[in-house]
Amino acid sequence: MSTTAVPREGTRRTGDWARRAPLLPALIFTIVVTQLPFLVTIWYSLRSWNLLRPGSGQFSGLDNYVAVLTDTQFLGAAGNTILITASCVLVSMLLGIGLALLLDRKFFGRGLARTLLITPFLIVPVATALLWKTTMFDPVFGLVGFALSPFGLGDVDWVSSYPVASVVTALVWQWTPFMMLLVLAGLQSQGRDVVEAGQVDGAGPRQMFLFVTLPHLRRYIELGVLLGSIYVVGTFDTIYMMTQGGPGTASANLPFTIYQRAFLGFDIGQSAAMGVIVVIGTMIVATLALRLIFRTFMATEEKLS
Amino acid sequence: MTATHLPSPKAARAGSGAPPAPAPRPRRRRGGAGGLALTLLTWAVTLVFVAPALWMVLTSFKQEADAYTDPPRIFFEPTLDRFREVFAADFAPYLGNSLMATLFSTTLVLVLGVPAAYALSVAPVRKTKDVLFFFISTKMLPVVAVIVPLYVIAGRIKMLDNIWTLVILYTAMNLPIAVWMLRSFFLEVPRGIVEAARMEGASLPRVLWSVMLPVMAPGIAATALICMIFSWNEFFFAVNLTASQAATVPVFMTGFITSEGLYWAQLSAAATMVSLPIVIVGWIAQRQLVRGLSMGAVK
Repeated sequence: MSTTAVPREGTRRTGDWARRAPLLPALIFTIVVTQLPFLVTIWYSLRSWNLLRPGSGQFSGLDNYVAVLTDTQFLGAAGNTILITASCVLVSMLLGIGLALLLDRKFFGRGLARTLLITPFLIVPVATALLWKTTMFDPVFGLVGFALSPFGLGDVDWVSSYPVASVVTALVWQWTPFMMLLVLAGLQSQGRDVVEAGQVDGAGPRQMFLFVTLPHLRRYIELGVLLGSIYVVGTFDTIYMMTQGGPGTASANLPFTIYQRAFLGFDIGQSAAMGVIVVIGTMIVATLALRLIFRTFMATEEKLS
Repeated sequence: MTATHLPSPKAARAGSGAPPAPAPRPRRRRGGAGGLALTLLTWAVTLVFVAPALWMVLTSFKQEADAYTDPPRIFFEPTLDRFREVFAADFAPYLGNSLMATLFSTTLVLVLGVPAAYALSVAPVRKTKDVLFFFISTKMLPVVAVIVPLYVIAGRIKMLDNIWTLVILYTAMNLPIAVWMLRSFFLEVPRGIVEAARMEGASLPRVLWSVMLPVMAPGIAATALICMIFSWNEFFFAVNLTASQAATVPVFMTGFITSEGLYWAQLSAAATMVSLPIVIVGWIAQRQLVRGLSMGAVK
């Protein structure tokens, strides 16, 4: 930062607008498209407004918040959101670390293996969800049932019996490559001197991993967990395609519940209030993430300059 | 750390024995058998992990009857009929909409993002940190929190089911990532180039166009590819703000929810076709993928 952000005192005033000009279109566009609608959301959340009730839309203070926070469906969805996000991020991070360790050595077809392994992240998520629901998890013809039949799990109806676990499986499949790539980048940035020093000190492979590699990876793992959480918290497509939040509301998360309340229940006020609550929750996680991204980013920048 | 350069039999065995000059990081070398076993394990794990994707491609070439067998069938007479059926099901307009939404929004992101990233790196404005913080914080705002007003506003100004609504929203969705990513590329451009051009009296647009652009081309291309992936795969805005006119390919896939029990081969063909363009883009951009996903924080 030190070399970039300090304009010379003399040129500061005259050059200010010339310097700002290239930034302004992007800044104004972003403010208008992302911030204004959110202010409107807050405005809506304070009114009692259901599109099915003509003449509604009066100011109702915090009534919507009270209604939402005492609504078992909302609380269940909040619980599901935490459950789905936490388990997806945890499992995909563990798998990602495993795959990254396997890929972090030279072997026959390494480039091809890496290319194949990132593919689940690229396949259109709605397609991923539908394929897991049908060709993978079908109790009669599904591949998962076939693979697990030696263990007596051949004809389990996964999506109906374990909807949350099924959703998490599809999400883990989709997000593991993301974690793998981050951890792999971390592994490959590990300094040669550190590795050698460890070997000179006579550390075995396991000790090397625990005391040299893992501490080095920590920042990359933290980054993966936080960014992953931010992306996965907003999951809508997988649930929409796989379970529609069902059976009942067993697998509905907050984005899906807000969608239902707004587009199937037409309750603008309550869905807006839910949105505001989700933003507050996300902000808490996001603040942590932002700090971490800044730290990582500024660290690499210092390395460069 | 002082032990690094001590001559040691262990170090000699572990490293290549080359002088301590910039040699690549030593990778663990195993004996033939151990190495081979690890390679086989790696490939086995890889194939199991990508099996659902391979299965999708395989199933897309099946007759429907071959898709419903127990045990699952690997060998069969391949056919392209399922792909033909998908196109017969009016797939082309969805494809056109996706192409428009993706290409226009990516172009707009670059038009807005390249100058902004320049202003935040090469010729930094004051409060650069705050602006960067603002851009990235919009990425953390869950889209569900704004969908209701967007729907209501788009309805009032007659922009529902309009491809330009998606273009604008996808631009806003990708702009923060692009600004951060482009900035990380700008910071790698040697400072001397710009200063030399400025000294010779080149104007700002000229510096951007004929000095920076050629150097930045790979970074800009990588950023564009990342934005394409996100736009192509986006579903939430597409399903809620479009109907028959502007629906994109992820929305096309929802047609299979109701018929899911019947047409697995056709579903697989559609999924393969819908994913293929973006899978190829992702393969091309794979070296830059991690940089885009971490907003430029990790290279």
